[in-house]
Amino acid sequence: MSRLRQIGEWFDARLQLAGVIRESMQHPVPKASASWWYVFGSAALTVFILQVVTGILLAFTYVPSAAEAWNSLQYLNHHVTLGWFLRAVHGWGSNFMVALVLIHMCQVFLFGAYKYPRQLTWILGVFLLLMTLGMAFTGQVLRFDQDAYWGLGIGASITGRIPLIGQQAVHMLLGGPIIAGATLSRFFAFHVFLIPGLLIGFVSLHLLMVLKLGINEWPMPGRIVRKETYEREYHELLKKDGIPFVPGAVWKDMLFSAAIIVAIMACAAFFGPYGPTGYPDPTIVQTIPKPDFFFLWLYAMLALLPPGMETPALLIGPVIVIGFLILLPFLSGEGEKSWHRRPVAVVTLLFVAIALGTFTKLATFSPWSPIMDGWSGDPLPVSFLNGRTPLQRQGALVFQGKQCRNCHSIGGSGGLRGPALDSVATIMTRDQLVRQVVQGGGNMPAYGKNLNPAEVAALVSFLETLYPPNRPPARDASQAEMKQVAAPTPAPNH
Amino acid sequence: MIGGQEEVNETRQTGELSRREWLTKIGLLLNGIAVTVLAVPILGYLISPILGSERGKYKRWIALGDVNEFPEGQTRLAKFDNPITSFADGDTDHIPCWVRRIQGEQFQVFAVNCAHLGCPVRWFPQSGLFMCPCHGGVYYQDGSRASGPPPRGLFEYSHKVEAGKLMIETGQLPTLSTTAKLMARSRGCQG
Repeated sequence: MSRLRQIGEWFDARLQLAGVIRESMQHPVPKASASWWYVFGSAALTVFILQVVTGILLAFTYVPSAAEAWNSLQYLNHHVTLGWFLRAVHGWGSNFMVALVLIHMCQVFLFGAYKYPRQLTWILGVFLLLMTLGMAFTGQVLRFDQDAYWGLGIGASITGRIPLIGQQAVHMLLGGPIIAGATLSRFFAFHVFLIPGLLIGFVSLHLLMVLKLGINEWPMPGRIVRKETYEREYHELLKKDGIPFVPGAVWKDMLFSAAIIVAIMACAAFFGPYGPTGYPDPTIVQTIPKPDFFFLWLYAMLALLPPGMETPALLIGPVIVIGFLILLPFLSGEGEKSWHRRPVAVVTLLFVAIALGTFTKLATFSPWSPIMDGWSGDPLPVSFLNGRTPLQRQGALVFQGKQCRNCHSIGGSGGLRGPALDSVATIMTRDQLVRQVVQGGGNMPAYGKNLNPAEVAALVSFLETLYPPNRPPARDASQAEMKQVAAPTPAPNH
Repeated sequence: MIGGQEEVNETRQTGELSRREWLTKIGLLLNGIAVTVLAVPILGYLISPILGSERGKYKRWIALGDVNEFPEGQTRLAKFDNPITSFADGDTDHIPCWVRRIQGEQFQVFAVNCAHLGCPVRWFPQSGLFMCPCHGGVYYQDGSRASGPPPRGLFEYSHKVEAGKLMIETGQLPTLSTTAKLMARSRGCQG
């Protein structure tokens, strides 16, 4: 023991770090802040370290070349001992890291921790969030599969909407005229050197400020933050009710971080690594690109925004959101911290969370996309053919063969792009059906050029049979009148 | 070290520029000049992807294949190698496009990239539509927008027939800002 102590002292006489470390460990925190609510930031840091370690290990095998990246990931998955597990830990780690950073941010926002004097800590945190998302996107690109390739295409298309310098911006993003070797190389540099380097620097400053300014006290309704009095009040609180971080609060951070690492390993072991999906050959157009989980909300928004609003939303939206996040501590740098007295903050947070959650949920089944094999992979249920006339059955064939089901569901299967047609005859008359098929409209293409009159007639007579037994089909009252006048015979029952 | 500090304090008091301070400023200036000079090649290296496009050297005419490979009245997927390639491209410089031969030497050559956000559109001959799997863009057989979020029709490559070969002008990923000119010219050709 004394030998160890001697060695320790020999090093510390030269490094002179023991004092700083001891001081940092024992810095006082308010007792109420040694809470389970305050563990998310440290857990995010733990996962970041895990990502750095697993990332370096993956780089032992990964080849950052458009020609070899996909093969090297297959090699990692199937040939390198436990390569699949490290890929899985890195992939799941990224999901956990984005989630933890977001939860940490929500907690800081709800607890008013961004207010005086911690404004800069918050602003650095905003940049840390952006960098974390940047890591998630560039990481998805490094998994150089079809999703990555077409994801880059989407990135380039968004960039191409920038006015005046769109073309230059696209070529800067891609490192050349097309998505190719140079593109992957620069995203590799971003993912492995540039962003992590910045992250390490920003995380260090972020942490330094937490140490220097002290952790946010538990917000109490009515305890108002004022520039003139805050520091005195905080130090009085520390004197009265402070405990040293080690061992007062650190055990909660450690337990939570350990639980997170175990959870990541469990997900990695059970669910395995992400892809890679299909081989990145752009001539394989039979692909349905989808972004990773944390960009699904964006994928949904891009489908649901009105076309005219898309470019402004894509180019101005991020500026407004990031600008608001950066300006937040200046807009409300003082005042109430407690969520009990900040209804607007709580409602805003709930609104954003519900909106993002809804978009993400929608994106998991993307009702706005045609199902590309809806017509070929999904036979029409027999119940829709029973008791139909030959003409109506011919119409069912047209319905199936002309890809109508890519967008329209019937009998519970098919696309969700257009309305379900199970009871379309109850809301549209024959003439209306013909018009809709031939001219389209309401986001439906016009089929006039691609259906001959016989096909239209057959299709519409099939569609006319689509009504439930307890509801009558739609009738054109004037037409019925005309028929009565022309040939007063009772209509045949269905 | 302590002596130096005293000297600095002294000069501050007297307001004179000491030899050391003067040399420090010279040092800063020299470093500034060196960094500025170094910045020129660094910037040149960084913006090289833009310099390439400025001179228009990304665009070339290439042959898609024999005209007779494309039956009249049909739309088929054709593949070509991008004119600008590098050693590390793998298969990413193999580019697909949709070729519609209307009749005779009347063609339309569409980029597979949806005008909305660049996903690959697929041709459905039965319904005569291009459909996009990402956000639901749909186009008619002539490339015009049928429905969904795309702000315009499909991107078209300029094309011509030379010595029985279908040629297209290509070289860069079509996006809303990289293909506007291409489109205008192709319209002009069709007259």
